[in-house]
Amino acid sequence: MKIRLDHVVKTFETFRAVRDVSLEIESGELVALLGPSGSGKTTILRMVAGLEYADGGHIYFGDQDATDIPVRDRGVGFVFQHYALFPHMTVAENIAFGMKVSRVKREKAAIEARVAELLRLVRLEGLGDRFPAQISGGQRQRVALARALSVDPKVLLLDEPFGALDANVRHDLRRWLREIHRELGITTIFVTHDQEEALDLADRVVILKDGHIIQQGTAEEVCRNPQSAFVMKFLGDANVLAAEVRDGRAYASGAAIDVSGMADGKAELYARPADLDWSAQGPGIPASITRVLDRPDGRRVLATAETGEQLEFDVEPERALQAGDGGFVTLRRAKVFALG
Amino acid sequence: MSATPKRRKPPRVGDGTLFRRLLIGIVLIVGAFLILAPLLIIGVEAFSKGWQVYRDTIAHPDTLHAIGLTVLTALVAVPVNTAFGVAAAWSITKFDFRGKRFLLVVIEIPFSVSPIVAGVAYLFVYGLQGIFGPTLDDYGVKILFAIPGIILASMFVTAPFVARELIPLMQAQGRDLEEAATSLGASGWRTFFSVTLPNIKWALLYGVVLCNARVMGEFGAVSVVSGNIRGQTNTLPLHIELLYHDYQAAGAFAASSILALIAVFTIIAKVALERQGAGRVRRPATRPALVANPAEKTS
Repeated sequence: MKIRLDHVVKTFETFRAVRDVSLEIESGELVALLGPSGSGKTTILRMVAGLEYADGGHIYFGDQDATDIPVRDRGVGFVFQHYALFPHMTVAENIAFGMKVSRVKREKAAIEARVAELLRLVRLEGLGDRFPAQISGGQRQRVALARALSVDPKVLLLDEPFGALDANVRHDLRRWLREIHRELGITTIFVTHDQEEALDLADRVVILKDGHIIQQGTAEEVCRNPQSAFVMKFLGDANVLAAEVRDGRAYASGAAIDVSGMADGKAELYARPADLDWSAQGPGIPASITRVLDRPDGRRVLATAETGEQLEFDVEPERALQAGDGGFVTLRRAKVFALG
Repeated sequence: MSATPKRRKPPRVGDGTLFRRLLIGIVLIVGAFLILAPLLIIGVEAFSKGWQVYRDTIAHPDTLHAIGLTVLTALVAVPVNTAFGVAAAWSITKFDFRGKRFLLVVIEIPFSVSPIVAGVAYLFVYGLQGIFGPTLDDYGVKILFAIPGIILASMFVTAPFVARELIPLMQAQGRDLEEAATSLGASGWRTFFSVTLPNIKWALLYGVVLCNARVMGEFGAVSVVSGNIRGQTNTLPLHIELLYHDYQAAGAFAASSILALIAVFTIIAKVALERQGAGRVRRPATRPALVANPAEKTS
């Protein structure tokens, strides 16, 4: 089912949570709404679900205007951040709930068969008679998903689906959700504040800030071509250097980079830690190393430039560097954004 | 370093032996004199003139009528206040509206105000010199010095009991469960009966038990509005006072023993319900959680 948001607005009392958001989600697509807290991402998800009503604009499911259809009849599967499993029902009863209360009457045997099928899908065979309190967080997450899928929703909506889980479980579940999506082909929107999660999982990432869409595209598009300093900073660690653009080149304390087409003036240069390197001789940004952090996949070096700017970059584990060393930070690639 | 310390240190700060024994001792002694002894006296005094007198007092038509009236009051007041309490807790915890804090305060008023004030207030509203009194009298509706007045006064006093038990619990539970049920296609009623109610049932029962105990034992408010007409508008607590003023001490104690018995049952019910998880904010499970399933693969 194709979803279309058309100039959607939502205000809570005086807080404008969502301001004029338009978005199209293709049938079968897996889309991440990514943004810091307060960016309106959860509100958008809840409006698509019908748990909140839009103050302005329209939400279309296919060709149908779903803006005023109540959540009960909207046919969405919603997975809550804290799962919201019914604590007094077993896993099987939780999954069967949607089919039991549905206006479409189902045979008892049909419900049982469907529950068994869903338990298989989420790999929880044999846990049907447990209560939610008796299973782990990752298992609860999968029960919540099975329950949401039980009513054959047109759209699957997940609010911070892995937010409450620890790193390992999160990693596995991410891959598993991707598999389930491929298997079922259901249009899916999920909300996250974790860039890695959004980039790893989604066909398309929609980045939000203060109730606006700032940028959207595939993981590759938003990573390789961030269109604002906010997106650059939000997607990962970035070094910031004051720069000046002159005649198609940006100059920043000893380093220069080609930015043909940019107007002259003050700017900021952003570089990922992996985009910087260290060399004993110039040219480069003169700096001295203040600390070296050893990590499983390499060494993170903290340095202070002569201009006082703090820099962070990664080097191979074999590089013999230590605090106090002087030298030059060299620039492999960077993004430059005009100031103001 | 000395290998064997001479004095064992108290396990925690402020946990000195002397202090602990002293404090526990004081509390036990005061509790015994203040609470336990008077209750025991009731039992002893009720039978001081023998079983015969006890039975006669209980079997006396006035006492029986008082018991009947008390039960009738509870049968009306408790269900009404239960419905009110659920509605109030639901509105306060699941909706946002203006005056929510005000409503919270209003619900608490009967707790903080002396019941006799409630009685006097009803006099002013429904009494013959009151606001609605003359009008009601014209239509032949008697509220004061009659059963409706007794029920109204009891309801005023016990209005907060159920709501007070439910509000913290429902606040802790949030709206997620209801939203989940609705998104799965459940109607409002269905959501209430199969999702909300099972999760608040123990707290609700707890509130009902407390409410019932208070309705049956209420004296102050009822004594103002009932008019103390023997065999007509006397509830059990009022009847006890009457017996006492008539110098029928044994009778008064006998009647009191019934109320004390209700109290004991209330306490037992309360403890049993607390075991089930009521009266405290949401327990994670109704059964002890098992150790993580060894067959688990993904997580």
